[in-house]
Amino acid sequence: MIQLTWLQFRLQWLVAMLALAAVAVVVGLTGVHLAHLYGTNVAPCLVQLQANGNVGSCGTTLTSFIHSQALLQNVLRDALLAAPALLGIFWGAPLVAQELERGTFRLVWTQSVSRRHWLAIKLSVVGLACAAVVGLLSLMITWWFNPIDRVNANVIYWQGPINLNLNRFDPSVFDLRGIVPVGYALFAFALGVTAGLLVPRILPAMAITLPLFISGRFAVTWIRPHLIAPVRQSLPLVWGPGAGIAQGGTGTGFFVIAPTPKLPNAWIYSNVVVDQAGHAPTSQFLQSTCPALTVDLAGPAGNVGGGSVSTAAPGPGGPGEQQVHACASAIAARFHQVVTYQPADRYWAFQGLETAIFIALALLLVWFCFWWIRHRMA
Amino acid sequence: MTAVLTANGLGKRYGRRWALENCTLEIPAGQVVGLVGPNGAGKTTLMHLAVGLLTPTTGSIEVLGGRPAESPAQLGRVGFVAQETPVYESMSVADHLRFGDWLNPTWDQQVADRRIDQLGLDRSQKAGKLSGGQRAQLALTLAIAKRPELLILDEPVASLDPLARREFLQSLMEVVAEQQVSVVLSSHLVSDLERVCDYLVVLVASHVQLTGGIENLLAAHVRLTGPRSGLETLPPSLQIIEASHTDRQSTLIARVDEPILDPAWLVERINLEDLVLAYMRQIQPDASARPHLVEAHR
Amino acid sequence: MIRLTLVQFRLQAIIVAGILVLAAILFAISGQHLYHLYNTTVAACPAGSDCSAAKDAFLNNHVILRQLLGLLLLLAPALLGIFWGAPLVAREYESGTFRLAWTQSISRGRWLLTRVALLGLASVIVAAALSLLFTWWSGPFVRITADRFNPGNFDERGVVAIGYALFAFALGLTFGVVIRRTLPAMALTLASFLAVRLAFTFLLRPHLMAPHQASMPLQSGEGLGFSPSASGITFSLGTPNIDNAWAISSKVVDSAGHTASNSALHAFMVNACPAIVSAVGSGQSTQGVNHAPADPTVFHDCILKLAQNYHLVVSYQPASRYWTFQWTEMGIYAGLSLLLAGFCYWWVRRRIA
Repeated sequence: MIQLTWLQFRLQWLVAMLALAAVAVVVGLTGVHLAHLYGTNVAPCLVQLQANGNVGSCGTTLTSFIHSQALLQNVLRDALLAAPALLGIFWGAPLVAQELERGTFRLVWTQSVSRRHWLAIKLSVVGLACAAVVGLLSLMITWWFNPIDRVNANVIYWQGPINLNLNRFDPSVFDLRGIVPVGYALFAFALGVTAGLLVPRILPAMAITLPLFISGRFAVTWIRPHLIAPVRQSLPLVWGPGAGIAQGGTGTGFFVIAPTPKLPNAWIYSNVVVDQAGHAPTSQFLQSTCPALTVDLAGPAGNVGGGSVSTAAPGPGGPGEQQVHACASAIAARFHQVVTYQPADRYWAFQGLETAIFIALALLLVWFCFWWIRHRMA
Repeated sequence: MTAVLTANGLGKRYGRRWALENCTLEIPAGQVVGLVGPNGAGKTTLMHLAVGLLTPTTGSIEVLGGRPAESPAQLGRVGFVAQETPVYESMSVADHLRFGDWLNPTWDQQVADRRIDQLGLDRSQKAGKLSGGQRAQLALTLAIAKRPELLILDEPVASLDPLARREFLQSLMEVVAEQQVSVVLSSHLVSDLERVCDYLVVLVASHVQLTGGIENLLAAHVRLTGPRSGLETLPPSLQIIEASHTDRQSTLIARVDEPILDPAWLVERINLEDLVLAYMRQIQPDASARPHLVEAHR
Repeated sequence: MIRLTLVQFRLQAIIVAGILVLAAILFAISGQHLYHLYNTTVAACPAGSDCSAAKDAFLNNHVILRQLLGLLLLLAPALLGIFWGAPLVAREYESGTFRLAWTQSISRGRWLLTRVALLGLASVIVAAALSLLFTWWSGPFVRITADRFNPGNFDERGVVAIGYALFAFALGLTFGVVIRRTLPAMALTLASFLAVRLAFTFLLRPHLMAPHQASMPLQSGEGLGFSPSASGITFSLGTPNIDNAWAISSKVVDSAGHTASNSALHAFMVNACPAIVSAVGSGQSTQGVNHAPADPTVFHDCILKLAQNYHLVVSYQPASRYWTFQWTEMGIYAGLSLLLAGFCYWWVRRRIA
């Protein structure tokens, strides 16, 4: 049965291997260059960053580095994003649906193999192949992005026009590294096989696998924050990068934005400034304590775009450094910072958990397939 | 005499429609059994039940003493060729032989090779490119090379030209002689069955109408031609299968236990086709009015 | 024949129509919210003042949704090609039903024409609807980032998606007609569609019309930096953004208009910015940076000195050409589709099945 499965599958495997080989060549050539660039230009910058705590003149080097090969970055990301779904659609859905649609099940299910044995071998061979292909792809891409990821991990003090701080927990990074893609691939494969079993026609089975897979991914991404209880840390309030006083909207009140905590590569759920009772500073308190900072935000005509953020940092036209310092001390006397986050070292725990969830879903679907093929398919 | 296939009140329903209803059969071993009936009568359903591709809604079926497809060993004892002879279009003839070898422990490669050579099939030819007759022969090879005790063939010659048909049936007869296998063969062409079968099962409208050894059946049925008025003179044990009347004359096809002595009636033997047609054209109002199943063991 | 095709594809049409309606509703609800937010925050910010904070806050909305929708817009044409184009003829071959369809009292050509026209029209409608919805929905974002002409964003908006859908459909049809097997045709359609799109976007589109050149002063900003190279310290830069235009590439040019070579830049910097040169280190060593200046003003000073002698020449497509490019690209893809469809027509009629 294994030999038969291989005979029927080997062309598809060959195509996948060729595609992987092409990716490997591209990834290898550009990745080596990228790693070299990192070693010569970027790593020393990061050393300085960690020593001094600010970006200094390295800012542009780092920015240009994480934008290097922008097109290839997108292509590789999209490739790994699409790979599990593609395998589910092209390898999973036709696995059983093709036999059912073409009638060859009447040939193969009357040979001396039980239906469940037949299904078990096919699932195992092709399922393992899916895992292998996506696993290799993920390995290559994780390796390729490693320098860029390391830069992103460290630049917690550095915010461009759009917040580009993509640490490892960000969904567009987390989903495309490590072992989770293998979980996605196995889930997509199992979904495809189940669809092909229930809807014994190839094209409709392929068509419904995609939206079901996307829904499954969404659902698990949504519950991801709740998988492990986050750490809740209270810190004395130290006015630093990221801190500020902002206005909620035209005519609404002022509130404090907490400084960026020094937690590289952590997953920050919330970062607030509260007092002992857990209340945030009120708008009246801020306006009375820090008149210089709250008046200035209102602007000349008293109107300002809502949600505007001011770092309340000293600079031309803004509040003076003394006023900022006084304000900060006044607030820090009564309030402290509370950060709710997942520490960086839980990254692999999350990877493992999410992979396990998707593998469990896949196994559930596989169990259903076995049940269906035995009890309902006659 | 052991039975290769025993059905008891066997029925299969799809939604509201009964594809097969209240089927009770005992097919003896060592025979070539013809399963005949119009399209949609339930022949394919019965065969699929026999090989385990379907499970019964009511009743039971036993093949070679076991439930169909209950184990790989059981599957190995029955060779099946489905309607339209499904094959893997992109796999070659040689690949199909390997397929049979890998999936059947009782596979006899010599038998397979001998047949393929005899048939002159090109082993590297993709199965999708074979002619209808060649595909049927390939499918038959796959079924017999695993040395089954029972062969079940669903309309194997339906789409074959007369020459290919003849060759296939001859091939089948050789196999039967060599391997001593029982065969259940379905067709809606009675003339084919007449040539090769020695036992008959007639299925009409999801019900079994008639079973029995062909010789005995033909001996037990006659065509009677005579005056309409003579109907009363016929023996009461006579069962009329089919009757057609004109103003003054009646033609009957009937099953008889005793000879008809009344000279008013002309008694003739009928051939298998007429017999089967008579049973197929029977009107069947309800179960109680259904005529007897005729079972005659040799 | 039209009625027959409509009957055959009835179920698919209903499902697709249902999805479109659902998408329209979701877009409408979300879009209303976005426009309201935009009008009260960014638009309300008075002209002349620094609105960057409001803009940043707005851009942080729906980041993931935007990426996903953009991906969907990129994928939709490919999906149409795979599921409607490739099986159109290939399924008939595989299941043998072409023997039924092509022996009716309708010519093969007309059979193909009717089906291609109906499904092609359906593809156009789906692509147009999705593109229109997304263009409207993402309007506020694009008004802030002013990058609708950039590759990626350009592909998801306006009318080009219609061209892509037609092309993917025709490509699928062609592979199906030639290969006659559905699954391989689908896979090949996907792969070649992606290849063609990538090639067109990056190799062809920049040259559709001769780009303009503009001089811009050297300014510190994203992408500018110093790094070691084979010929010494070199100055690298990204391409600056021009609002709503497509900045394709840029180069450093001296006051005489000649492109500055790496060695010339290095020589200049050795004189003008010795601190940077020693900091970044010589290009030969693999150790790289020894000491970076702690004072960012040194960096800025160097840029100022460079800016006195060098400037940027940016090669770009002006914003006014946006719609020209949209229609031209759509036209090219649509033209390719017609060619492919014509080829299929000829192939199906001439070839003996």
